[in-house]
Amino acid sequence: MSDDYEIIIGLEVHVQLATETKLFCRCSTKFGASPNTQTCPVCLGMPGSLPVMNRDAFQLGLKTACALNLNVPRFTKWDRKNYYYPDLPKGYQISQFDLPMSEDGYLWISDPKEQFEAKKVGIIRAHLEEDAGKSMHDEAAGKADTRIDLNRTGTPLLEIVSEPDMRSPLEAKAYLNELKLILTYLGVSDCNMQEGSLRVDANVNLHIKSDDPHKIATPIVEIKNMNSFRAVERALAYEVTRQYEVWKETGKTIKDAAKTTRGWDDQAQVTRPQREKEDSSDYRYFPDPDLAPVITTEEEVEAVQQSLCELPMAIRERLHDGFGIPSYDADVIVNQGIVAVKYFEELALKTGDAKMSSNWVQQDVLRVLKERDLEFEQFPISVERLAGLLKAIMNKEIDTTRAKDVFTQMLDSDKDASAIMKEMGIEKVDDSEIDDLAKEILEANPKAVEDLKNGVQKAVGALIGQAKKKNPNIDPGTFRAKCLELVKHM
Amino acid sequence: MALYEASATQLLSQLESGELTSVEVTQACLDRIREHDGSVGAFLKVMDEKALAKAAEVDRKRKAGEELGVLAGVPVAVKDLLCTEGEVTTCASKMLENFVPPYSSTVIKKLEAADAVIIGKTNMDEFAMGGSTENSALGKTRNPWNTDLVPGGSSGGAAACLAAQMVPLSIGTDTGGSIRQPASFCGVVGLKPTYGRVSRFGLIAFTSSLDQIGPMARTAEDTALFLEAISGHDPQDSTSAAVACPLFSKSVDQPLEGLRIGLVKEHFGEGLDGEVEKAVREAVAVYEKLGAKVVDISLPHNKYGIATYYIIAPSEASSNLARFDGAHYGHRCDEATMLEELQKEAEALEAANDKEGLRKMDTPLIRMYRQSRAEGFGPEVKRRIMLGTYTLSAGYYDAFYLKALKVRRLIREDYDKAFKAVDLIVGPTAPNPAFAAGSKTNDPLAMYLEDLYTVTANLAGIPAMSIPCGMTSGGLPVGLHMQAPALEEDRLLRAAYMFQKETDWHAKTPSL
Repeated sequence: MSDDYEIIIGLEVHVQLATETKLFCRCSTKFGASPNTQTCPVCLGMPGSLPVMNRDAFQLGLKTACALNLNVPRFTKWDRKNYYYPDLPKGYQISQFDLPMSEDGYLWISDPKEQFEAKKVGIIRAHLEEDAGKSMHDEAAGKADTRIDLNRTGTPLLEIVSEPDMRSPLEAKAYLNELKLILTYLGVSDCNMQEGSLRVDANVNLHIKSDDPHKIATPIVEIKNMNSFRAVERALAYEVTRQYEVWKETGKTIKDAAKTTRGWDDQAQVTRPQREKEDSSDYRYFPDPDLAPVITTEEEVEAVQQSLCELPMAIRERLHDGFGIPSYDADVIVNQGIVAVKYFEELALKTGDAKMSSNWVQQDVLRVLKERDLEFEQFPISVERLAGLLKAIMNKEIDTTRAKDVFTQMLDSDKDASAIMKEMGIEKVDDSEIDDLAKEILEANPKAVEDLKNGVQKAVGALIGQAKKKNPNIDPGTFRAKCLELVKHM
Repeated sequence: MALYEASATQLLSQLESGELTSVEVTQACLDRIREHDGSVGAFLKVMDEKALAKAAEVDRKRKAGEELGVLAGVPVAVKDLLCTEGEVTTCASKMLENFVPPYSSTVIKKLEAADAVIIGKTNMDEFAMGGSTENSALGKTRNPWNTDLVPGGSSGGAAACLAAQMVPLSIGTDTGGSIRQPASFCGVVGLKPTYGRVSRFGLIAFTSSLDQIGPMARTAEDTALFLEAISGHDPQDSTSAAVACPLFSKSVDQPLEGLRIGLVKEHFGEGLDGEVEKAVREAVAVYEKLGAKVVDISLPHNKYGIATYYIIAPSEASSNLARFDGAHYGHRCDEATMLEELQKEAEALEAANDKEGLRKMDTPLIRMYRQSRAEGFGPEVKRRIMLGTYTLSAGYYDAFYLKALKVRRLIREDYDKAFKAVDLIVGPTAPNPAFAAGSKTNDPLAMYLEDLYTVTANLAGIPAMSIPCGMTSGGLPVGLHMQAPALEEDRLLRAAYMFQKETDWHAKTPSL
């Protein structure tokens, strides 16, 4: 980053909607089937076939539009975008051109580490379109064959186009994170980037600062082919530096050069110029005469609005304000998805200690999920069982260190915390017993007593160690307090 | 009466009474085709075995008292742009010469459900572009009234096989007049239904917003029954009208009381053949004798019909025909030869050190598209693809396509206004009778004027019909064009029937 320029970033996100079937036919959208097994005359664009809109896809589009504060016009239509490519069987893609199904919305982004101020990113439009197929270029053995898989053809996509409102790669990443979170909370997409359910193109250029009141803008570059948010962040960072270097060298501005397309090479960590599909950007858009326009009533939009679930931003606030946990904690939990939020909420209510519940979810639960490569839904300890363990800690039946051992055992058994504690011989130690043990150990360690009297607090550590050897069940905190109290009177 | 002379309605009553079997009827048609199609050339393909098998199956079902469809046992010819599962469906194009669709169009399925016997696929102008069936890449069709003349187009084969009495029923399609003009030239009945009345699923699209499949027959009753069999909402076609299909065959014989007939003054001007005008005026007099009131009306935007049509139709066609690129189905150029030539070109350019030429050279993929399309499409199809590509281009879209859509709306509004004053609009179907083969092939604009009176019904989406209404001194049929408001096909059919009761033009047949 530099003080010499401002970074201007706009993002185009293609989201695959979580419908059972394609946008204009009843073929399955399931990922991973053998090539060309999920096709029919309609998605193959065979002569005479006709598209029929999938209402579910439109509903998911509406849901997203409402969540992103977009306006939904009463009237929207379908257009053809004409271009030739072997994985585009009809020779055109059905999309939405001048009257998209939703436009003019926004999304709030913020950074839990407060590296930038919370801001509103404008969304220009979100429109529906069908996906193309996949070309697999088999250049092995010098044959240069291309194989076409049309399973993906006709899969419903929602293209969400932001305003160029982001000012750093970090903001861009935050935007993508928040967008992905909203889409998964709504259940409109699984947002699986490996499977191509979420694809990002970024438009980026620089506004060079100068004394001249007219700002100097570098030519816009569209970066394609980024398959993770980390890649987006890195590609943008790389591109910013590159554009600044090029500007310093050539002085070329947006007026001197048209928008170009570059691809992100994740291995080399550089962007490279990409060959364009078409020479011209003339797609000869016109209304698709095979599809009737879609009329959406105000009542329909209202019904969708009513049916929306609580969105991440609101949940973060509620966890912070309602449960009193720090914003950072709330962010970590919300980022894990709705299942994690529900888990935390129930745990906090059952234990009555939100901060402790938050700590356990963030540290222990998430660590196990990561180690075992599990989804939150698959976490083996139910809320009830974990609450049981946490309550045992709160009641001083077990200390935190030993509780972690019990937690580990609970992962691979169905038993409650109390049962495992019993097996391990863990039980609450009587106050009188602690009293006796403290007296006994203090007597046996006059040097430590002396130290403690002189305010050397750490001397108590060795005493706790000895006590634990005698009775592993003693609560170190209680024992420590007892020792200090006794020393005061000695 | 010979079997081939009978109408579908007559055949059905004889089949039902047991006087005839479908096998006999089908065989009679097949014999007639074998005898005369050498000189007419109406069929691209005759499906003898399948037709006879279906006929035998219908006969068996009828004998067993099983339930049968409304066209049970009646032979039907189908224009070769309706996808027919397992049968080559060509659109009379080299592009689809070997294309076998793995599915049937809705209309084919409806015909099968009606127990009709599909006897063959008829010739047409390539991709339904043309007015004479001379643009077929796969064969010539002649007018049965005079084999030096064209049968009209694009449903030329569909009309010719009816006129030659090879079948009683024939399916056509109409984008700008392609059912009505050949019906007029061949002296048969042809009806273009309301847009959306008949499902377009499986119809290889030329202009999606104008194309409509329709019945062609020799009488109004047959047309009514036939339309009934193929109409209805289809969930596979989102432009199909969600309305109930009336039983046209039950109302066709009811005369229209107090009929108001509109004559469009613009229809009787320059370009209209005198004999055609005379026949049409005499037909109108027949209606007047029957009590109809004739009202002079104006359709002021009619004169822009051809211009509007020739922007909208090629625009949509350029997009609809993009799928024929050699990649997935249809014709693909010989790739080995193509690659070899490309290699030679590259070597030549390299030898000449022509860097610019090398840079501009086709990639193998682009060359494959280019060459496959160049080889697969005929000149008229190419002409329209180029026109359409131009009119949809950025910078020209507003001036042409968008303007055409606006005029289309004005044309529709003219009709709305006119139909407040009249029940039917009546006039000539085509400005002239059938013309000599080859006489207009070098003048595309003259050929485009064949649609002068018919295109506006497509632009407005309303139903229209052509019925035989007279003969020229040279013995050629003249068609009477009737248009009605949307979804009022029954009005057309009843008016046609009224006319048939008073005249016998529909019963005239060419001598072969």
